[in-house]
Amino acid sequence: MSEPAIQVSELSRRFGDFTAVDGVSFEVNEGEVFGFLGANGAGKTTAIRMLIGLLQPTSGTARVAGYDVATQAEQVKRRIGYMSQRFSLYEDLTPRENIRLYGGIYGLTREQIRTRTAQMLDRLGLSRVADAAVRSLPLGWRQKLAFSVALVHQPRIVFLDEPTSGVDPITRRQFWELIYDAAANGTTVLVTTHYMDEAEYCDRISIMVAGRIAAMGAPADLKRDYRVSSIDELFVQLARPDRAIDPTGATHPAGPTRPSRPEGTPL
Amino acid sequence: MSAVDRPVKAGAAGPAIQADALVKRFDRTVALDQVSFTIDKGELFGFIGPDGGGKTTLFRILVSLLTPDAGRATVLGLDVVRDFRALRQRVGYMAGRFSLYPDLSVEENLTFFASVFGTTIEREYAQIKPIYAQLEPFRTRHAGALSGGMKQKLALCCALVHRPEVLFLDEPTTGVDAVSRREFWDLLGVLKQGGLTTVVSTPYMDEATRCDRIALMHGGKLLGLDAPSAIIAAFDRPLLGVRAGQRYKALLALRKYAHVHSAYPFGDVLHYTDTRTDLPVERIGADVKQFLDARGFTDASVCPLTPSVEDSFIARTELDPGSPMTDPRSRLPGHSHE
Repeated sequence: MSEPAIQVSELSRRFGDFTAVDGVSFEVNEGEVFGFLGANGAGKTTAIRMLIGLLQPTSGTARVAGYDVATQAEQVKRRIGYMSQRFSLYEDLTPRENIRLYGGIYGLTREQIRTRTAQMLDRLGLSRVADAAVRSLPLGWRQKLAFSVALVHQPRIVFLDEPTSGVDPITRRQFWELIYDAAANGTTVLVTTHYMDEAEYCDRISIMVAGRIAAMGAPADLKRDYRVSSIDELFVQLARPDRAIDPTGATHPAGPTRPSRPEGTPL
Repeated sequence: MSAVDRPVKAGAAGPAIQADALVKRFDRTVALDQVSFTIDKGELFGFIGPDGGGKTTLFRILVSLLTPDAGRATVLGLDVVRDFRALRQRVGYMAGRFSLYPDLSVEENLTFFASVFGTTIEREYAQIKPIYAQLEPFRTRHAGALSGGMKQKLALCCALVHRPEVLFLDEPTTGVDAVSRREFWDLLGVLKQGGLTTVVSTPYMDEATRCDRIALMHGGKLLGLDAPSAIIAAFDRPLLGVRAGQRYKALLALRKYAHVHSAYPFGDVLHYTDTRTDLPVERIGADVKQFLDARGFTDASVCPLTPSVEDSFIARTELDPGSPMTDPRSRLPGHSHE
């Protein structure tokens, strides 16, 4: 039995008096697509920064790809990929140059870089624009290229921070097919998104509220347990406990619609 | 939701906004390609589409920050090029990028924008109250230290403080979480009750139904303009929802079905359309079910669905031969050589 790709136990991070991440525990299995959801300011970014070795936890532990993020951050960084909506590619460079740059950073040999470049460009259908500046490409193409570049060193785990923000609906779906494809090949994916339909594409999701994980599970199980018709509805219920949305769009106190039993227990 | 039964201010005949064949190029890129539309007074109107579709360019032209290369536009009867001084007094604009002063407090930002237009917070309080009431507890906090949702509310306040007659909001909810987005649209609904004409752009298709009318925008063109319900009603072929345990594998299988027109994942359901538009939906559903059964997806269920605005957007971009999404280079994994 292999170790989980990500193993987080009672992870916390405080900034002065403010607890951004408050005793979070979860595991992500190899090849799983895990949706990491939460409202703005709920602590997602702080948690991810700890998991990718950029921020020291105040307490608790996290192991990513078998290494401790606090004491073996460099080992972690070499075994993960990361893509954010804001910065991923050098826009003045071409797709070919971006792949070469990242391949070099991750210590791939010249031969490996050449092979991977040809594979990736063919796979994404970008061979014809391989030598055009990235900035001249449509956003959707750039995002797909950025995802592939994040996988250039064949990491065990890839972290995607709002990868599809602002992307057109067809490209958004093509992007998710790249995610499924990577997962089918054994890559573990942790992804954040504000598109609630994308949450339903994940094998499992967690929803963070005020630094804690308020709910976690397979989307279908969560919808059944919380008696909601969509993850969007659950998100609203958890992120704003003082209100819930009914199908007519009116808001009312959440009390009667919330389950009285603890989360995760079967009906 | 009708735009017709609203009282119109005396002496305010004519549309709020009229655009005729607007064109704007940047180098070789055509950002706006012959865009024409009319927006009525009091409407909550949405430009819906992805980044790079021309929404921001259009908004910047309408608030006189850019001039069109061809075509013309009027806002409140004022020409956006010739009458720009008068226009700027009467419109409010919230840019897509956070454009307040991060080192000034909430109150200082608002005071600044009020003073630019020769007014004060006190004098305009009634106009901004529905939003400002939520910000007042944080009025001494630096704008840069606000949460994403709160920043958007402050920016909205600043765009409203000079009591504009038309409000332009460029992607006010991009990057904002699903709950804050909902709250922001609730606020726009309140402003609409007050008779304000509001023009909003968004990449989130699910927000379209909050608008009286919408324009679907892509590649610098309008792919359609109507009430959201009419856009949906114009979806011209049966839509089926397919559920299967092995969702991704079922999707790849469906794409290889002889009669597939399109197959896309929507949340936990696959949306499927068929090339055979002359068959009843039940027959198509039965065929698809049989096909999936034969491929081993015996748990698959198939049922007719009502399309969403997003389905309509996808269908209309598929039709557009100039769309980058129909370019063979952006083909999907699981196709052809895979």
